[in-house]
Amino acid sequence: MSGAIEAEMRRETMATVAKPMDNYLEAYGELRALERREPEWMRNLRDEAWELFREKGFPTTHDEDWRFTSVAALARTPFRRAASHAAVTAKQIEAHRLDGSACRLVFVNGRFAPGISDARSLPAGLEICSLARALDCGMEGCAPTGIEQQLGGYADVHRDVFVALNTALWEDGAYLRIRRGAAIKQPVHLLYVTASGDEARMIHPRTLVIVEDASQVAVVEDYVSLGEGAAMCNSVTELVAGQDAAVSHYLVERENLASFNLSTLRVELGRGARLASHSMLLGGGLVRNNVHPVLAGEGAECLVNGLFVGEGRQHLDNYMLVEHAKPQGSSRQFYNGILDEQAHGVFHGRIVVHPDAQKTDAKQTNRNLLLSDEARIDTKPQLEIHADDVKCTHGATIGQIEEEALFYLRSRGLDEVAARNLLLYAFAAECLERMHEAPARAFAEALIRKRLLEMARRAHPAARLADQDEKAQNWEEVG
Amino acid sequence: MALLEIEDLHASVDGHEILKGVNLTLNAGEVHSIMGPNGSGKSTLAQVLARRETYAVTQGRVLYDGKDLLGMKPEEAACEGLFLAFQYPVEIPGIGNAYFLRTAMNAIRKYRGEDELDAMDFLPVFRERLKLLEMDDALMNRSVNEGFSGGEKKRNEILQMAMLEPKLAILDETDSGLDIDALRIVAHGVNAMRSRERAFLVITHYQRLLDFIVPDFVHVLVEGKIVRSGGPELALELEEKGYGWTEAQAQPA
Repeated sequence: MSGAIEAEMRRETMATVAKPMDNYLEAYGELRALERREPEWMRNLRDEAWELFREKGFPTTHDEDWRFTSVAALARTPFRRAASHAAVTAKQIEAHRLDGSACRLVFVNGRFAPGISDARSLPAGLEICSLARALDCGMEGCAPTGIEQQLGGYADVHRDVFVALNTALWEDGAYLRIRRGAAIKQPVHLLYVTASGDEARMIHPRTLVIVEDASQVAVVEDYVSLGEGAAMCNSVTELVAGQDAAVSHYLVERENLASFNLSTLRVELGRGARLASHSMLLGGGLVRNNVHPVLAGEGAECLVNGLFVGEGRQHLDNYMLVEHAKPQGSSRQFYNGILDEQAHGVFHGRIVVHPDAQKTDAKQTNRNLLLSDEARIDTKPQLEIHADDVKCTHGATIGQIEEEALFYLRSRGLDEVAARNLLLYAFAAECLERMHEAPARAFAEALIRKRLLEMARRAHPAARLADQDEKAQNWEEVG
Repeated sequence: MALLEIEDLHASVDGHEILKGVNLTLNAGEVHSIMGPNGSGKSTLAQVLARRETYAVTQGRVLYDGKDLLGMKPEEAACEGLFLAFQYPVEIPGIGNAYFLRTAMNAIRKYRGEDELDAMDFLPVFRERLKLLEMDDALMNRSVNEGFSGGEKKRNEILQMAMLEPKLAILDETDSGLDIDALRIVAHGVNAMRSRERAFLVITHYQRLLDFIVPDFVHVLVEGKIVRSGGPELALELEEKGYGWTEAQAQPA
């Protein structure tokens, strides 16, 4: 532990009233006191990140990037470092299985849980383990070659204090490397479980995905809660796609309504690389999802696809920053939001076209359905174009369920609740059409159906709602 | 017992009275046509019968198959066998046509206490009806009415009717926007459905449709009231003399 931190900790512990942020200092101190054989560079990264966080503190709504999202409630909550493994059994997470996945890594309260993970038979070309283990496998110098350029090399601690906080406090996460030319057909499932206890817990999962040249993979990051308690999950994923690599990333947020979930996906796309990012914000109390791809090679392509569904007092903030750095790149953003009761959604879609990035083709669409008078959406497109030969468009719509469509369905025999639900599903399901990995898509579809059914049940407790026809959809394929 | 008995029906939208005392009786097996100028209340009548809530019924009663139709919700009327072919069929992005049809059929079957259809029951009938309406299979995997041409939308309405097999089918200006070939196909679909158990209420602005779907009775609706009723020859007379003739006749009333 460095002298400065020790001194600060002494000073802080002597204070009689706990100050806000004490909990973070304490977590940092605990982490530093652990006997981890982390490489020097990682320790330096942590120290630098910690200093940045300590200096800046949490953002306020005066900060342009946080204009529509207040983290005051998060800052007030004294989250503690989740001290040890909660006992989570395979049975408890059985419901969260993704059928047809290549492997599943489970993290409980931020730590790898090998007993309930499944990485027994891996397809050729896929290397996967816990990130902590990748950095410390018990042998000197075991960290994968080049990892120090990658881990922390893309997610910018200066840009976002939550990235800084994650960098300072992460304990584990997944490390994936897809070998050059390998095509991993089945998705990799990363399940992050927060098991809430009596105290509010925080976890900071860190994931690094290296997709080498001409290889292909789909990664599903899935955030779930066990229990109803409050927790903060602040994750950072760095994904590096080599030349002509094709990668799909899925983020599924389905934690409990007392959760604070912040996530950052930072993607670096090489020449001709393709990214499809799919975010589904279905749960959580306060959620902020940052998706930040940089098209760093010529002719890179990215799709940023998203769905957010909120009710009650949920706050779901989607922050996109698509950076075009090289010519001939194309990006597409499609986000659909459904908001009921007092839910508040944010769509902040920023596209930056750097001077070099001629012939860029960027498009952004955000469509929203507001189901109540009190629901709210703030949608903010932001185009910054520093090149002269580019095509950039954006559009946003806000609407309600159309009475005409509702009547049409009812006139064919569907009751009002079923008709509404079908229309909501159809709107939500637009995002499914852009998902090309069948197992991940089926997984997403089931989650969307479940979420909308919950909403319909809440809104119409008297109605008898069948679990809407999974059979039916299959059947359509028959026809 | 008549299948549909409308007595002194008054209906308004946003405080404007549109139907001002409609009386009409339909028996099973009959085809009735309602003609009238634009704005006479033809579509309002169709929508009120299909129970659209944006229209307020202020007076009168409607018995459908012996039951109080005005007390029903749209889905109840549908499940009781009433079908409205929309003048402007609605596009529903994201819901496949075939899926929608089967969902509708099962909703109705459930209401009637029947078992759900499985693919084996549905598909043969579905394919046969598609053929009847000369519709492309590919349309059925697309979203409901999305990107359909005007003619395709209208044919899709008749396809839905053919699948749902209603007791009372109301066709609201199904002929508008159709070319003669599409009109022939639609009429053929309707005629194939004519039976002793089923009644049709065919709303149209033009006599042309009635060359293909020959009605048993023709009624002329003007300013929210039926001012004349007769046989198919009345349609021809109207075509010849124009609506001005009936409007003039309506004046003394």
